[in-house]
Amino acid sequence: MSPSGAEFIRQIKSQIAQVDPGDVNEQLHSGNGNGSLAIIDVRESEEVERGLIPGAKHVPRGHLESRIEGAVPDRSQHVVLYCASGNRSALAAKTLEELGYENVESMTGGYTLWKDRGYKVDVPKVMTPEQRERYSRHMLVPEIGSEGQQKMLDAKVLLLGAGGLGSPTALYLAAAGIGTIGIVDDDVVDLSNLQRQVIHTTDRIGVPKVDSAAETMNALNPDVNVVKYETRIDASNIMEIIEGYDVIVDGVDNFPTRYLLNDATVRLQIPVVSASILGFDGQLSVFKPYDGPCYRCLYPVPPPAELAPSCGANGVLGVLPGTMGLLQATEVVKLIVGAGEPLIGRLLLYEALGATFTELKVRRDPECAICSRPPDEIAEDEMGVFPDYEAFCAAAG
Amino acid sequence: MATVRIPPVLRPSVGGVKEVDADGENVGDVLRSLADQHPATQSQMFAEGGELNRYVNVYLNDEDVRVLDGLDTPVGDGDVLVILPAMAGG
Repeated sequence: MSPSGAEFIRQIKSQIAQVDPGDVNEQLHSGNGNGSLAIIDVRESEEVERGLIPGAKHVPRGHLESRIEGAVPDRSQHVVLYCASGNRSALAAKTLEELGYENVESMTGGYTLWKDRGYKVDVPKVMTPEQRERYSRHMLVPEIGSEGQQKMLDAKVLLLGAGGLGSPTALYLAAAGIGTIGIVDDDVVDLSNLQRQVIHTTDRIGVPKVDSAAETMNALNPDVNVVKYETRIDASNIMEIIEGYDVIVDGVDNFPTRYLLNDATVRLQIPVVSASILGFDGQLSVFKPYDGPCYRCLYPVPPPAELAPSCGANGVLGVLPGTMGLLQATEVVKLIVGAGEPLIGRLLLYEALGATFTELKVRRDPECAICSRPPDEIAEDEMGVFPDYEAFCAAAG
Repeated sequence: MATVRIPPVLRPSVGGVKEVDADGENVGDVLRSLADQHPATQSQMFAEGGELNRYVNVYLNDEDVRVLDGLDTPVGDGDVLVILPAMAGG
Protein backbone atom coordinates (compact mmCIF):
# COMPACT_ATOMS: atom_id res chain seq x y z
CA MET A 1 0.00 0.00 0.00
CA SER A 2 1.32 3.44 -0.87
CA PRO A 3 2.25 5.55 2.18
CA SER A 4 0.33 8.73 3.02
CA GLY A 5 2.00 12.03 2.32
CA ALA A 6 2.81 12.51 5.99
CA GLU A 7 4.24 8.99 6.28
CA PHE A 8 6.33 9.55 3.15
CA ILE A 9 7.87 12.70 4.63
CA ARG A 10 8.59 10.83 7.90
CA GLN A 11 10.40 8.14 5.92
CA ILE A 12 12.45 10.72 4.02
CA LYS A 13 13.40 12.49 7.26
CA SER A 14 14.73 9.23 8.64
CA GLN A 15 17.02 8.92 5.61
CA ILE A 16 18.57 12.39 5.67
CA ALA A 17 20.60 14.44 8.12
CA GLN A 18 18.77 17.13 10.07
CA VAL A 19 20.16 20.07 12.01
CA ASP A 20 18.71 22.21 14.76
CA PRO A 21 18.34 25.97 14.06
CA GLY A 22 20.49 26.63 17.13
CA ASP A 23 23.46 24.85 15.52
CA VAL A 24 22.98 26.76 12.26
CA ASN A 25 22.80 30.06 14.14
CA GLU A 26 25.98 29.21 16.01
CA GLN A 27 27.81 28.36 12.80
CA LEU A 28 26.67 31.62 11.21
CA HIS A 29 28.05 33.59 14.14
CA SER A 30 31.27 31.62 14.40
CA GLY A 31 32.13 32.73 10.88
CA ASN A 32 31.62 29.34 9.31
CA GLY A 33 28.81 30.93 7.35
CA ASN A 34 31.34 32.79 5.25
CA GLY A 35 31.96 30.49 2.38
CA SER A 36 32.12 27.01 3.82
CA LEU A 37 28.42 26.85 4.76
CA ALA A 38 25.73 27.41 2.12
CA ILE A 39 22.27 28.11 3.48
CA ILE A 40 19.56 27.53 0.91
CA ASP A 41 16.00 28.77 1.31
CA VAL A 42 13.73 26.44 -0.69
CA ARG A 43 10.48 28.30 -0.06
CA GLU A 44 8.40 30.18 -2.63
CA SER A 45 9.18 33.80 -3.53
CA GLU A 46 6.17 35.21 -1.66
CA GLU A 47 7.39 33.55 1.54
CA VAL A 48 10.97 34.76 1.09
CA GLU A 49 9.80 38.34 0.55
CA ARG A 50 8.53 38.38 4.13
CA GLY A 51 11.95 37.49 5.55
CA LEU A 52 14.81 35.01 5.33
CA ILE A 53 17.92 33.89 7.21
CA PRO A 54 20.79 36.37 6.66
CA GLY A 55 23.10 35.22 3.90
CA ALA A 56 20.70 32.53 2.66
CA LYS A 57 20.36 31.99 -1.06
CA HIS A 58 16.90 31.46 -2.47
CA VAL A 59 16.41 28.37 -4.61
CA PRO A 60 12.71 27.43 -4.64
CA ARG A 61 12.13 23.72 -4.34
CA GLY A 62 10.35 23.63 -7.68
CA HIS A 63 13.56 24.82 -9.37
CA LEU A 64 15.99 22.94 -7.12
CA GLU A 65 17.39 20.52 -9.66
CA SER A 66 17.89 23.17 -12.33
CA ARG A 67 19.28 25.96 -10.14
CA ILE A 68 21.22 24.38 -7.28
CA GLU A 69 24.44 24.15 -9.26
CA GLY A 70 24.37 27.89 -9.79
CA ALA A 71 23.99 28.49 -6.05
CA VAL A 72 26.27 25.70 -4.84
CA PRO A 73 28.65 24.54 -7.58
CA ASP A 74 30.82 22.49 -5.23
CA ARG A 75 29.08 19.22 -4.31
CA SER A 76 31.34 18.71 -1.30
CA GLN A 77 30.27 22.01 0.28
CA HIS A 78 28.26 21.92 3.51
CA VAL A 79 24.65 22.78 2.60
CA VAL A 80 21.83 23.55 5.03
CA LEU A 81 18.35 23.66 3.52
CA TYR A 82 15.33 25.21 5.14
CA CYS A 83 11.69 25.86 4.33
CA ALA A 84 8.84 27.06 6.55
CA SER A 85 8.63 24.06 8.88
CA GLY A 86 11.16 21.46 7.76
CA ASN A 87 9.14 19.26 5.41
CA ARG A 88 9.93 20.67 1.98
CA SER A 89 13.58 21.09 2.99
CA ALA A 90 13.71 17.40 3.99
CA LEU A 91 12.46 16.40 0.55
CA ALA A 92 14.91 18.84 -1.04
CA ALA A 93 17.78 17.37 1.01
CA LYS A 94 16.93 13.94 -0.33
CA THR A 95 17.00 15.32 -3.86
CA LEU A 96 20.41 16.96 -3.32
CA GLU A 97 21.84 13.71 -2.00
CA GLU A 98 20.60 11.99 -5.13
CA LEU A 99 22.32 14.73 -7.16
CA GLY A 100 25.60 13.86 -5.45
CA TYR A 101 25.81 16.54 -2.75
CA GLU A 102 27.84 14.98 0.06
CA ASN A 103 27.11 17.10 3.11
CA VAL A 104 23.46 18.18 3.16
CA GLU A 105 21.26 18.88 6.16
CA SER A 106 17.65 19.95 6.52
CA MET A 107 16.92 22.45 9.29
CA THR A 108 14.26 21.15 11.68
CA GLY A 109 11.33 23.44 12.35
CA GLY A 110 12.34 25.61 9.38
CA TYR A 111 12.12 29.38 9.23
CA THR A 112 9.17 29.37 11.65
CA LEU A 113 11.21 27.87 14.48
CA TRP A 114 14.24 30.03 13.58
CA LYS A 115 12.12 33.16 13.91
CA ASP A 116 10.33 31.93 17.06
CA ARG A 117 13.69 31.56 18.75
CA GLY A 118 14.47 35.16 17.98
CA TYR A 119 17.42 34.56 15.66
CA LYS A 120 18.28 37.30 13.20
CA VAL A 121 16.31 37.58 9.97
CA ASP A 122 16.62 39.81 6.94
CA VAL A 123 13.52 41.26 5.39
CA PRO A 124 14.37 41.94 1.76
CA LYS A 125 13.11 45.17 0.32
CA VAL A 126 10.71 44.54 -2.48
CA MET A 127 10.45 46.88 -5.40
CA THR A 128 7.02 48.00 -6.48
CA PRO A 129 5.87 47.17 -10.02
CA GLU A 130 6.37 50.87 -10.85
CA GLN A 131 9.97 50.72 -9.64
CA ARG A 132 10.63 47.52 -11.57
CA GLU A 133 9.53 49.29 -14.71
CA ARG A 134 11.30 52.59 -13.96
CA TYR A 135 14.63 50.89 -13.30
CA SER A 136 14.22 48.04 -15.79
CA ARG A 137 17.19 49.18 -17.90
CA HIS A 138 19.41 48.99 -14.81
CA MET A 139 18.07 45.54 -13.93
CA LEU A 140 19.09 44.32 -17.36
CA VAL A 141 22.73 45.30 -16.80
CA PRO A 142 24.49 42.37 -15.09
CA GLU A 143 26.79 44.71 -13.11
CA ILE A 144 23.75 46.41 -11.54
CA GLY A 145 20.71 44.13 -11.61
CA SER A 146 18.03 44.26 -8.92
CA GLU A 147 20.63 43.93 -6.18
CA GLY A 148 22.54 46.98 -7.42
CA GLN A 149 19.33 48.93 -7.89
CA GLN A 150 18.30 48.12 -4.34
CA LYS A 151 21.69 49.38 -3.13
CA MET A 152 21.03 52.65 -4.96
CA LEU A 153 17.55 52.93 -3.46
CA ASP A 154 19.07 52.42 0.00
CA ALA A 155 21.99 54.81 -0.62
CA LYS A 156 22.46 58.31 0.77
CA VAL A 157 24.47 60.69 -1.37
CA LEU A 158 25.27 64.30 -0.47
CA LEU A 159 25.87 66.91 -3.13
CA LEU A 160 27.89 69.93 -2.12
CA GLY A 161 26.63 72.62 -4.41
CA ALA A 162 23.63 72.72 -6.73
CA GLY A 163 25.55 74.69 -9.31
CA GLY A 164 27.43 73.74 -12.45
CA LEU A 165 28.69 70.33 -11.35
CA GLY A 166 25.83 69.65 -8.94
CA SER A 167 23.09 70.19 -11.53
CA PRO A 168 23.82 67.29 -13.89
CA THR A 169 24.91 65.06 -11.00
CA ALA A 170 21.66 65.68 -9.15
CA LEU A 171 19.56 65.05 -12.25
CA TYR A 172 21.15 61.74 -13.15
CA LEU A 173 21.48 60.44 -9.58
CA ALA A 174 17.79 61.23 -9.04
CA ALA A 175 16.92 59.48 -12.29
CA ALA A 176 19.05 56.48 -11.27
CA GLY A 177 17.03 56.09 -8.09
CA ILE A 178 19.49 57.06 -5.38
CA GLY A 179 17.12 56.84 -2.40
CA THR A 180 18.29 59.87 -0.46
CA ILE A 181 20.04 62.84 -2.03
CA GLY A 182 21.12 65.72 0.20
CA ILE A 183 21.93 69.08 -1.38
CA VAL A 184 23.88 71.85 0.33
CA ASP A 185 23.69 75.31 -1.25
CA ASP A 186 22.90 78.72 0.18
CA ASP A 187 22.53 80.50 -3.14
CA VAL A 188 19.51 81.52 -5.21
CA VAL A 189 19.07 80.92 -8.92
CA ASP A 190 20.56 83.72 -11.01
CA LEU A 191 20.10 84.35 -14.73
CA SER A 192 23.86 83.91 -15.29
CA ASN A 193 23.65 80.38 -13.82
CA LEU A 194 21.33 79.04 -16.50
CA GLN A 195 24.01 78.75 -19.21
CA ARG A 196 25.17 75.58 -17.39
CA GLN A 197 23.09 74.85 -14.27
CA VAL A 198 20.48 72.80 -16.09
CA ILE A 199 18.52 71.68 -13.04
CA HIS A 200 17.15 75.22 -12.65
CA THR A 201 14.75 77.09 -14.92
CA THR A 202 14.20 80.65 -16.04
CA ASP A 203 10.98 81.01 -14.05
CA ARG A 204 12.85 80.10 -10.86
CA ILE A 205 15.29 83.02 -10.88
CA GLY A 206 15.53 84.25 -7.29
CA VAL A 207 14.37 80.91 -5.86
CA PRO A 208 16.78 79.10 -3.48
CA LYS A 209 18.80 76.60 -5.49
CA VAL A 210 18.02 73.76 -3.09
CA ASP A 211 14.28 74.30 -3.62
CA SER A 212 14.64 74.58 -7.39
CA ALA A 213 16.81 71.44 -7.56
CA ALA A 214 14.45 69.44 -5.34
CA GLU A 215 11.49 70.40 -7.51
CA THR A 216 13.19 69.22 -10.71
CA MET A 217 14.51 66.02 -9.10
CA ASN A 218 11.15 65.01 -7.67
CA ALA A 219 9.40 65.79 -10.93
CA LEU A 220 11.85 63.41 -12.60
CA ASN A 221 11.66 60.76 -9.88
CA PRO A 222 9.27 61.01 -6.93
CA ASP A 223 11.06 58.01 -5.34
CA VAL A 224 13.95 60.21 -4.28
CA ASN A 225 13.98 61.75 -0.84
CA VAL A 226 15.67 65.11 -1.37
CA VAL A 227 17.13 66.58 1.81
CA LYS A 228 17.70 70.33 1.50
CA TYR A 229 20.41 72.21 3.38
CA GLU A 230 20.05 75.88 2.52
CA THR A 231 23.30 76.87 4.12
CA ARG A 232 26.97 77.34 3.42
CA ILE A 233 29.04 74.47 4.70
CA ASP A 234 31.67 75.48 7.23
CA ALA A 235 33.60 74.12 10.18
CA SER A 236 30.66 74.68 12.52
CA ASN A 237 28.14 72.55 10.62
CA ILE A 238 30.08 70.13 8.41
CA MET A 239 30.21 67.15 10.76
CA GLU A 240 26.53 67.38 11.50
CA ILE A 241 25.57 67.62 7.81
CA ILE A 242 27.81 64.96 6.28
CA GLU A 243 27.60 62.24 8.92
CA GLY A 244 25.56 59.27 7.75
CA TYR A 245 26.02 59.85 4.02
CA ASP A 246 27.55 57.00 1.98
CA VAL A 247 29.19 59.13 -0.69
CA ILE A 248 29.79 62.86 -1.02
CA VAL A 249 29.99 64.67 -4.33
CA ASP A 250 32.29 67.68 -4.22
CA GLY A 251 31.33 70.36 -6.67
CA VAL A 252 32.13 73.38 -4.52
CA ASP A 253 33.63 76.51 -5.99
CA ASN A 254 36.32 77.36 -3.43
CA PHE A 255 39.46 75.92 -1.88
CA PRO A 256 38.74 76.38 1.83
CA THR A 257 35.60 74.23 1.62
CA ARG A 258 37.43 71.58 -0.40
CA TYR A 259 40.10 71.26 2.29
CA LEU A 260 37.53 71.32 5.08
CA LEU A 261 35.48 68.65 3.32
CA ASN A 262 38.55 66.51 2.82
CA ASP A 263 39.53 66.61 6.45
CA ALA A 264 36.03 65.90 7.73
CA THR A 265 35.46 63.03 5.31
CA VAL A 266 38.79 61.42 6.19
CA ARG A 267 37.78 61.64 9.83
CA LEU A 268 34.40 60.02 9.08
CA GLN A 269 35.82 57.76 6.35
CA ILE A 270 33.32 58.81 3.70
CA PRO A 271 34.42 58.61 0.04
CA VAL A 272 34.35 61.84 -1.96
CA VAL A 273 33.86 62.07 -5.71
CA SER A 274 35.61 65.31 -6.51
CA ALA A 275 35.63 67.41 -9.66
CA SER A 276 36.66 70.92 -10.54
CA ILE A 277 36.33 72.99 -13.68
CA LEU A 278 37.80 76.09 -15.23
CA GLY A 279 37.47 77.37 -18.76
CA PHE A 280 37.68 74.29 -20.94
CA ASP A 281 39.51 72.12 -18.39
CA GLY A 282 38.19 69.66 -15.84
CA GLN A 283 39.72 67.45 -13.17
CA LEU A 284 38.14 64.40 -11.56
CA SER A 285 39.17 61.93 -8.88
CA VAL A 286 37.73 59.73 -6.13
CA PHE A 287 39.17 60.17 -2.64
CA LYS A 288 38.36 57.11 -0.57
CA PRO A 289 39.92 57.61 2.85
CA TYR A 290 42.63 55.08 3.73
CA ASP A 291 41.98 53.08 0.53
CA GLY A 292 43.68 55.70 -1.56
CA PRO A 293 45.09 59.21 -1.34
CA CYS A 294 43.09 62.13 0.03
CA TYR A 295 42.76 65.62 -1.42
CA ARG A 296 45.66 66.84 0.72
CA CYS A 297 47.89 64.03 -0.61
CA LEU A 298 47.26 65.41 -4.09
CA TYR A 299 47.31 69.09 -3.17
CA PRO A 300 49.09 69.54 0.19
CA VAL A 301 48.70 73.30 0.03
CA PRO A 302 46.42 75.50 -2.06
CA PRO A 303 47.93 77.76 -4.71
CA PRO A 304 48.26 81.44 -3.94
CA ALA A 305 45.27 83.58 -4.73
CA GLU A 306 46.61 84.88 -8.07
CA LEU A 307 46.90 81.30 -9.32
CA ALA A 308 43.60 80.22 -7.84
CA PRO A 309 40.85 81.87 -9.78
CA SER A 310 38.12 80.52 -7.57
CA CYS A 311 37.00 83.48 -5.55
CA GLY A 312 35.35 85.64 -8.14
CA ALA A 313 33.49 84.97 -11.34
CA ASN A 314 35.34 82.85 -13.87
CA GLY A 315 34.52 81.82 -17.36
CA VAL A 316 33.61 78.24 -18.09
CA LEU A 317 32.20 76.44 -21.09
CA GLY A 318 28.58 75.72 -20.14
CA VAL A 319 28.77 72.13 -21.32
CA LEU A 320 31.92 71.38 -19.30
CA PRO A 321 30.29 70.99 -15.85
CA GLY A 322 27.82 68.69 -17.59
CA THR A 323 30.65 66.47 -18.81
CA MET A 324 32.49 66.49 -15.49
CA GLY A 325 29.34 66.26 -13.35
CA LEU A 326 28.18 63.18 -15.22
CA LEU A 327 31.57 61.54 -14.81
CA GLN A 328 31.10 62.23 -11.09
CA ALA A 329 27.62 60.70 -11.14
CA THR A 330 29.05 57.62 -12.85
CA GLU A 331 31.69 57.23 -10.14
CA VAL A 332 29.01 57.58 -7.46
CA VAL A 333 26.96 54.78 -8.97
CA LYS A 334 30.06 52.56 -9.27
CA LEU A 335 30.95 53.12 -5.62
CA ILE A 336 27.43 52.31 -4.44
CA VAL A 337 26.89 49.29 -6.64
CA GLY A 338 30.46 48.05 -6.23
CA ALA A 339 31.06 47.75 -9.96
CA GLY A 340 34.16 48.42 -11.99
CA GLU A 341 37.31 50.26 -10.99
CA PRO A 342 36.57 53.57 -9.28
CA LEU A 343 38.90 56.48 -9.97
CA ILE A 344 40.77 56.00 -6.68
CA GLY A 345 44.45 56.98 -6.81
CA ARG A 346 43.98 58.38 -10.28
CA LEU A 347 43.31 61.89 -11.52
CA LEU A 348 41.49 62.31 -14.80
CA LEU A 349 42.06 65.52 -16.73
CA TYR A 350 39.69 66.52 -19.51
CA GLU A 351 40.63 69.26 -21.92
CA ALA A 352 37.61 70.10 -24.01
CA LEU A 353 39.23 72.17 -26.76
CA GLY A 354 41.61 69.40 -27.70
CA ALA A 355 39.06 66.71 -26.76
CA THR A 356 41.76 64.90 -24.77
CA PHE A 357 41.67 62.87 -21.58
CA THR A 358 44.85 62.46 -19.51
CA GLU A 359 45.18 60.12 -16.54
CA LEU A 360 47.73 60.80 -13.79
CA LYS A 361 48.68 58.66 -10.81
CA VAL A 362 47.94 60.02 -7.35
CA ARG A 363 49.85 58.42 -4.49
CA ARG A 364 49.05 58.38 -0.81
CA ASP A 365 51.45 60.69 0.95
CA PRO A 366 52.94 58.88 3.97
CA GLU A 367 53.52 62.32 5.47
CA CYS A 368 50.02 63.66 4.69
CA ALA A 369 48.94 66.12 7.38
CA ILE A 370 45.57 64.42 7.63
CA CYS A 371 45.30 60.87 6.28
CA SER A 372 48.65 59.62 7.56
CA ARG A 373 46.99 59.40 10.98
CA PRO A 374 44.10 57.29 12.27
CA PRO A 375 40.73 59.03 11.88
CA ASP A 376 40.06 59.47 15.58
CA GLU A 377 43.33 61.37 15.97
CA ILE A 378 42.14 64.12 13.64
CA ALA A 379 40.88 66.78 16.03
CA GLU A 380 37.98 69.05 15.15
CA ASP A 381 40.11 72.17 15.44
CA GLU A 382 42.57 70.77 12.89
CA MET A 383 39.98 70.30 10.24
CA GLY A 384 39.90 72.69 7.36
CA VAL A 385 43.04 74.45 8.51
CA PHE A 386 43.80 76.67 5.58
CA PRO A 387 46.69 79.09 5.41
CA ASP A 388 45.78 82.74 5.51
CA TYR A 389 42.24 82.23 4.36
CA GLU A 390 41.10 85.68 5.43
CA ALA A 391 43.65 87.16 3.06
CA PHE A 392 43.13 84.54 0.37
CA CYS A 393 40.10 85.80 -1.48
CA ALA A 394 40.85 89.42 -0.61
CA ALA A 395 44.14 89.06 -2.48
CA ALA A 396 42.34 87.56 -5.45
CA GLY A 397 40.22 90.67 -5.57
CA MET B 1 62.97 67.91 -26.51
CA ALA B 2 60.10 67.43 -24.06
CA THR B 3 56.57 68.78 -24.21
CA VAL B 4 55.27 70.76 -21.25
CA ARG B 5 51.50 70.93 -20.80
CA ILE B 6 50.47 74.33 -19.48
CA PRO B 7 47.47 74.57 -17.15
CA PRO B 8 44.80 77.24 -17.76
CA VAL B 9 46.08 79.56 -15.01
CA LEU B 10 49.57 79.68 -16.52
CA ARG B 11 48.52 80.07 -20.14
CA PRO B 12 48.46 83.89 -20.01
CA SER B 13 52.15 83.68 -19.05
CA VAL B 14 53.06 81.66 -22.15
CA GLY B 15 51.10 83.51 -24.79
CA GLY B 16 47.93 81.51 -24.36
CA VAL B 17 49.17 78.16 -25.67
CA LYS B 18 48.41 74.78 -24.12
CA GLU B 19 51.79 73.18 -24.75
CA VAL B 20 55.35 74.44 -24.92
CA ASP B 21 58.39 72.47 -26.12
CA ALA B 22 61.43 72.80 -23.88
CA ASP B 23 64.90 71.25 -23.73
CA GLY B 24 66.57 69.70 -20.75
CA GLU B 25 68.13 66.55 -19.37
CA ASN B 26 65.98 66.48 -16.28
CA VAL B 27 62.71 67.93 -14.95
CA GLY B 28 64.44 70.95 -13.39
CA ASP B 29 66.28 71.79 -16.63
CA VAL B 30 63.11 71.52 -18.71
CA LEU B 31 61.13 73.76 -16.35
CA ARG B 32 63.98 76.30 -16.15
CA SER B 33 64.12 76.30 -19.94
CA LEU B 34 60.40 77.02 -19.95
CA ALA B 35 60.96 79.87 -17.48
CA ASP B 36 63.75 81.25 -19.70
CA GLN B 37 61.38 81.31 -22.67
CA HIS B 38 58.51 82.71 -20.59
CA PRO B 39 59.88 84.57 -17.55
CA ALA B 40 56.42 85.16 -16.07
CA THR B 41 56.23 81.46 -15.23
CA GLN B 42 59.37 81.55 -13.06
CA SER B 43 57.80 82.73 -9.82
CA GLN B 44 54.69 80.67 -10.40
CA MET B 45 56.66 77.42 -10.57
CA PHE B 46 59.72 78.00 -8.42
CA ALA B 47 60.17 79.19 -4.86
CA GLU B 48 63.00 81.60 -4.06
CA GLY B 49 65.37 78.78 -3.19
CA GLY B 50 64.93 77.27 -6.66
CA GLU B 51 62.80 74.37 -5.53
CA LEU B 52 59.34 73.70 -6.93
CA ASN B 53 56.55 75.55 -5.19
CA ARG B 54 54.68 73.17 -2.92
CA TYR B 55 51.38 73.98 -4.63
CA VAL B 56 52.63 73.04 -8.09
CA ASN B 57 52.35 69.38 -9.02
CA VAL B 58 54.55 68.24 -11.88
CA TYR B 59 54.07 64.89 -13.58
CA LEU B 60 56.48 63.14 -15.88
CA ASN B 61 54.09 61.36 -18.20
CA ASP B 62 51.64 60.01 -15.59
CA GLU B 63 53.84 59.94 -12.46
CA ASP B 64 54.29 62.69 -9.86
CA VAL B 65 57.96 63.76 -9.99
CA ARG B 66 57.95 63.92 -6.17
CA VAL B 67 57.79 60.11 -6.05
CA LEU B 68 60.53 59.98 -8.70
CA ASP B 69 63.67 62.08 -8.24
CA GLY B 70 61.98 65.46 -8.12
CA LEU B 71 63.68 68.10 -10.26
CA ASP B 72 66.56 65.65 -10.89
CA THR B 73 64.30 63.11 -12.62
CA PRO B 74 65.78 62.43 -16.08
CA VAL B 75 63.64 63.48 -19.03
CA GLY B 76 63.83 61.70 -22.35
CA ASP B 77 63.02 62.86 -25.84
CA GLY B 78 59.27 62.88 -26.37
CA ASP B 79 58.41 62.79 -22.67
CA VAL B 80 55.49 64.88 -21.52
CA LEU B 81 55.62 67.06 -18.42
CA VAL B 82 52.27 68.05 -16.96
CA ILE B 83 52.16 71.11 -14.71
CA LEU B 84 49.11 70.79 -12.54
CA PRO B 85 47.85 73.32 -10.04
CA ALA B 86 44.73 72.67 -7.99
CA MET B 87 41.51 74.12 -9.40
CA ALA B 88 38.45 74.84 -7.34
CA GLY B 89 35.78 75.85 -9.83
CA GLY B 90 32.46 74.11 -9.49
